[in-house]
Amino acid sequence: MTIHSVLIANRGEIAVRIIRAAKALGLRTVQVHSQADAGSLAVQLADEAIDIGPPAAKKSYLNVEAVIAAAKAAKVDAVHPGYGFLSENADFAQAVVAAGMKFVGPDAAAIRLLGDKVAARQVAAKAGVPTVPGSDGRVSDIAEAAAIVSRIGLPVMIKAAAGGGGRGIRIAHTLEEFERHFPQASAEAAAAFGDGGLYIEKVIEKARHIEVQILGDGKNFVHCFERECSLQRRRQKVWEEAPAVGLPAEVRKSLCDSAVALARSVGYSGAGTVEYLYDDVSRDFYFIEVNTRIQVEHPVTEMISGLDLVQEMLRIAGGQPLSVRQEDISITGHAIECRINAEDPYKGFMPGPGTVEALSVPEGEGIRFDTMLFAGYAVPPFYDSLLGKLIVHGADRVACLAKLRTALAGLKITGIPTTVPLHEALAADADVAAGRFHTRFLEDWLETKFAASPSGAREVA
Amino acid sequence: MSKAEIKSPLPGMFYRRPSPDSAPFKNDGDSVSAADVIGVVEVMKSFHEVTAGIDGKAIRFLVDDADAVMAGQALAEVEA
Repeated sequence: MTIHSVLIANRGEIAVRIIRAAKALGLRTVQVHSQADAGSLAVQLADEAIDIGPPAAKKSYLNVEAVIAAAKAAKVDAVHPGYGFLSENADFAQAVVAAGMKFVGPDAAAIRLLGDKVAARQVAAKAGVPTVPGSDGRVSDIAEAAAIVSRIGLPVMIKAAAGGGGRGIRIAHTLEEFERHFPQASAEAAAAFGDGGLYIEKVIEKARHIEVQILGDGKNFVHCFERECSLQRRRQKVWEEAPAVGLPAEVRKSLCDSAVALARSVGYSGAGTVEYLYDDVSRDFYFIEVNTRIQVEHPVTEMISGLDLVQEMLRIAGGQPLSVRQEDISITGHAIECRINAEDPYKGFMPGPGTVEALSVPEGEGIRFDTMLFAGYAVPPFYDSLLGKLIVHGADRVACLAKLRTALAGLKITGIPTTVPLHEALAADADVAAGRFHTRFLEDWLETKFAASPSGAREVA
Repeated sequence: MSKAEIKSPLPGMFYRRPSPDSAPFKNDGDSVSAADVIGVVEVMKSFHEVTAGIDGKAIRFLVDDADAVMAGQALAEVEA
């Protein structure tokens, strides 16, 4: 491999995850950190740590100059951006390469192309991937937009071309609503993303969110099957599974093949995810977007495939060909991941940073807890609320759910509120057990089932 | 002349403006009423408004825009 050291331009559980993968490959690890993260687990585990600025992410983890300066000072061969922060910032990827280092991910051109939602949709369509009925590209004229709406039918989503991660989306149920939202959405997108470009998509009602993990080395491209991420709150994933529940084999094949076709069409290099909406009734799937980074929920794919995706990313950045061929990758059993956040599910998910008094982690075959926590750690208020991810693997989904209930009972985090009780309730729910869910399921369920449960009612009162 | 402190209800990042391009909620010397928003605290990527909680003639901020604050830290003082 052409790289011998890596700088981790991230924090939290994913920084810990990357350090472990890098060490397994014998790489020297350098962790950058804000002043709020000087005592973090990633800083303790890395071979070296470099302070890159004040707590505010804008002044540290999002500060391209500070991260590049640290990488140069530490003389690393590569930079791993993790997820969030600078992971999908093409200018950052370019700056890393300009400074003579490898960026662990696709090149800046691919990040830029796939990061533009309109361009990505055109790439997908060209590669033969079905797209949601909507505009062919950016729409700026409201009359033109209204004509598209009458062709595809209501309700529609008005999306910011530069948006992503669920941001910059508005839904219109009537033409009157559409005409009111359209100019507002454009002004908002211009303010939020510096780009007022919009596009329009039909709303697929009761759709499921299914995504395909891809790997490429620029010449060879494989998929590592799909993940189901339909349980979401405010468009943020809460619980993920692999494989998708009850997906017919022929649909799985065409879905995964379409993701590989897309990767091949752009000569993709690194790990990536192609996201789709899936309609259970018609069995149609539609492209949403490509994420050019490692995802939070990557461990469920690792559990069913036996691959180490982060090690694979580092090897690809080090100039090695993919370590696996498509025929080497298969699904064994079922995996579920629960995102454990520092939020109080009984108080409207109010965030609760603070000090972890005690931590007890379940152990056993097929149980994994990816986290940056330790007893005595003070969770800072400046970053997202993800504390860790409990991932469980079983021979099938029934066995996996049973093991998950035991594992959740064994996970004790005291001193701060967490979303463990939410996951305990989901793991015991009949609809979840039957796989009867879609992307709007969780928000309804929270109102009708969770808040109405005896413990929920007591805590809310 | 008595003074009262407005304290941060949460730890996080304190902002004196609703968005980076907007005018501040309040300037030093402005009068406030109890229900007025004087800033927002960002905690774990969610935003929470801070209200004055007291009527007063003149407000004086003790922290700058985008300063890190602790729960219970005085953000401003108000002349009653």
